[in-house]
Amino acid sequence: MNDFGGGIRAERPLFEGADWEFGTIQRVHDAIEKIAVGELGLDVYPNQIEIIGTEQMLDAYSSIGMPLFYKHWSFGKHFARNEAMYRAGMQGLAYEIVINSNPCISYIMEENTATMQTLVIAHAAFGHNHFFKNNYVFKQWTDADGILDYLEFARGYIAHCEERYGEAQVERLLDAAHALMSHGVHRYPRRRVADLRSEEQRAKERRVHDEQVFNDLWRTVPSKGAEKEDKSLDERRRALLQLPQENVLYFLEKTAPRLQPWQREILRIVRMIAQYFYPQSQTKLMNEGCATYTHYRIMNRLHEKGQLTDGNMVEFLRSHTNVVFQPDFDDPRYSGINPYALGYAMMRDIERICTEPTAEDQNWFPDIAGAADPMAVLREVWANYRDESFILQYLSPRLIREFGLFHVLDDANEPNLSVEAIHDERGYRKIQRALARQYDIAWSLPDIQVVDVNLAGDRRLILHHRALNRVLLEERDARFVLQHLADLWGYDVLMKEIDPGTDSVLKEHAATPRGGILQPDGS
Amino acid sequence: MHIVDRRLNPSGKNLANRQRFMRRAKSLIRKAVHESSASRSIKDADQAGEVALPAQGVHEPSFHRSASGGMRDHLLPGNKQYIEGDTIPRPQGGAGGGGSEGSPDGDGQDDFRFALSRDEFVDLFLEDLELPDLAKRRVVDTESVSWHRAGYSITGSPANLALLRTVRNSLSRRIALKRPKPDELQRLRDEIAALSPDGEDLARRAELEEELERKLRRTGLIPYIDPLDVRYRKFEPQPKPVAQAVMFCLMDVSGSMTEHMKDLAKRFYVLLYIFLKRRYKHVDVVFIRHTHQAQEVDEDTFFHSPETGGTVVSTALEEMQRVIDERYSPDSWNIYAAQASDGDNTASDNDKTASLLVNGILPVCQYYAYLEVGRDSEHFPPGFIRRDSDLWQTYTAICKTGAPMAMRKVGHRRDIYPVFRELFAKKQATTGAETA
Repeated sequence: MNDFGGGIRAERPLFEGADWEFGTIQRVHDAIEKIAVGELGLDVYPNQIEIIGTEQMLDAYSSIGMPLFYKHWSFGKHFARNEAMYRAGMQGLAYEIVINSNPCISYIMEENTATMQTLVIAHAAFGHNHFFKNNYVFKQWTDADGILDYLEFARGYIAHCEERYGEAQVERLLDAAHALMSHGVHRYPRRRVADLRSEEQRAKERRVHDEQVFNDLWRTVPSKGAEKEDKSLDERRRALLQLPQENVLYFLEKTAPRLQPWQREILRIVRMIAQYFYPQSQTKLMNEGCATYTHYRIMNRLHEKGQLTDGNMVEFLRSHTNVVFQPDFDDPRYSGINPYALGYAMMRDIERICTEPTAEDQNWFPDIAGAADPMAVLREVWANYRDESFILQYLSPRLIREFGLFHVLDDANEPNLSVEAIHDERGYRKIQRALARQYDIAWSLPDIQVVDVNLAGDRRLILHHRALNRVLLEERDARFVLQHLADLWGYDVLMKEIDPGTDSVLKEHAATPRGGILQPDGS
Repeated sequence: MHIVDRRLNPSGKNLANRQRFMRRAKSLIRKAVHESSASRSIKDADQAGEVALPAQGVHEPSFHRSASGGMRDHLLPGNKQYIEGDTIPRPQGGAGGGGSEGSPDGDGQDDFRFALSRDEFVDLFLEDLELPDLAKRRVVDTESVSWHRAGYSITGSPANLALLRTVRNSLSRRIALKRPKPDELQRLRDEIAALSPDGEDLARRAELEEELERKLRRTGLIPYIDPLDVRYRKFEPQPKPVAQAVMFCLMDVSGSMTEHMKDLAKRFYVLLYIFLKRRYKHVDVVFIRHTHQAQEVDEDTFFHSPETGGTVVSTALEEMQRVIDERYSPDSWNIYAAQASDGDNTASDNDKTASLLVNGILPVCQYYAYLEVGRDSEHFPPGFIRRDSDLWQTYTAICKTGAPMAMRKVGHRRDIYPVFRELFAKKQATTGAETA
């Protein structure tokens, strides 16, 4: 690396060989902190590094990486599966798990060598940590200070409910809630409910406005008649229920007529946890890109300063290369685009655009091409984008060429697949758009909304799935989930799959609640 | 920065979740256990192992798009040959361009492999069978005994002499009877010797000598060890079950035995094996197959090797008798036998079979189970009275005599467990009165 000018090998190596102890970890952390905060200008939560063994890592896997979690059979299932895969040698374990909390907790495996621990600390405790603290999606949706306390509360509350209402009751409720978990998040910031003071303020402003624009002539304009009245009543009813509502769990928690208070609280817990993880699924590419780029810079800098021996550097490079490897689509190892590879490549590419822009870059990225401080640009990017917008903004033609990206359209009505765009002048924009869309969670998750319910009548709940590109829901699963939904709602549920182009109904599913599954008195 | 060492935290944090999962998947696991036990060899039947659960049973559903239909975009890396507007034939098996996207929740539909510990496996396997209870109530202890110390006795063989106890008795007796001690005598003698031979001590000397005389006589009269003192270590016999058992699997392998029948037989043998395994430390299994002649074979041959010929049951019993004489002395082995057959036997052989059983086999056997396997879907029109098979008639007669023997008919897999339970749910004493 020559990015840093002529570094002098002045420092003593932090460690030799593969062994480490707590002193090593402390030294490594301090040395990295000096670079990350001092030179790269990262802004991180305080770190807490926890050393764990294999079983604990498997444990963490099964409870979505969280250190404490309520009990449910599905975690046991994941544990058993991961364990079986691990024992059979089919799956290695991650080197680290990092939790978006304050202090930021990184779990590192005891089996790692000293080099790997260095890498892991640079990657997780600084790369991911910086991203968690600064990215707007995380800032908007997660509360790093409170998450551990909340999980503690959740575990205690659910254990308490199990004691009070029986494990079977709670388990059935959790089953249903988990099935709907992916549709238990708010995608957009909600309107804040006004408090009394601002309500008063608004009322006053409205009155002032009314007085200003008052004109007696309006009174003479004939009204439109009763028909409209009716419709607005309907609308009003929906508005009161906050319909249409895409957060199904939220809707159930607030509106389901027959749930007990404790059941609502548990739905809320599941919903809150889903919401907490929501940013992670939107920023996987950026998050990994940021962390990988950070560790690469830091490791090189450590080596440059003489704090990392050549041998350790080679070990690092080997593992780094494995991580950022992207197999081609026709490679048997191919399993989708590797977020580490693409994320890292894009970060490096931004750095290159800043330092050595070509004419093409000047054209495409006039804002950042030739910018003096690439780190400042990157920090800005890490703070203000998510995967979708990031790709749309920063996937450069050069990278598209490098990756050989191409866009294939698979229309079930056509006999063949067709190549829509490749890495050429006409294709760049198309590829940017298509790839960005793949990272847009609104495209990858089916768009399901609660649209109507007649609380005064038969209380049937109506949901719409707007079947994007006419791709329907997987039927078996949809039936199962709908059954859970009906159990929670307590009355019939109808789901219509709608073609958004024509508004025609493609398919309908219906479910009737099973008596006594969630409601003790049956239905 | 804090460094926390979590390695020492108690392990098994996930145990509660695992138990919940097991409870949830219990019926599935049980089914898988029974299925996997059919594919295992008899001796491995109770080992720990993996069972495959159908993924659907413990499925966690969620709303997601189906993997086919509609219009889909794929963005793939590594373009080498395609240009815009090319068409690619749709690859077989769904997703396009080699880009298998997997199902959105990352959850394959494969079977879910689940490793059970040996105890978990056996518990689940025997759960249906209520075997622990069965074991307590049913199998009679054998005659073999072991000797245990049981205090002391006044008779016994010299080899069992309890020296310490004997000497202790003698000591107390000697003290009680005031037998003079050797140093007491010695002191008297010394005193006599010390007296001057002159006359003035004559009286004293005579006194001492008299006392010595008396004591010596007393010593002679009171023996050092008296037969009264002698004690022997006492042993008492305690009956104990022989810790080893041998299980004879006899099967008719003539052409009339179908695969289905053999499968039924195997299931029965597996049960018996596990049952015995619970009870005895060591269980041997001997496989004897027969047509018109019998031979001892290994398990694989027993179940899978085809064989043709007539059916002469007595040959198998003769072979069993031979193996017992050779290797399994009834004194040190519990002998169990399970015979599976479709009931055919050469008519002339029935008497011989009966006499072999009654005179040779049954006296040395703990238990003899006869399983008559039938066809899966065997049913008869109403009014049709099915004639009992030759073997069935023969054995029924023997059963009536009260021999440790039982017999059942089995037509379907699901009957195996109930039949097994029935067979072992009877007290040996009343076995004979039972017929199917």
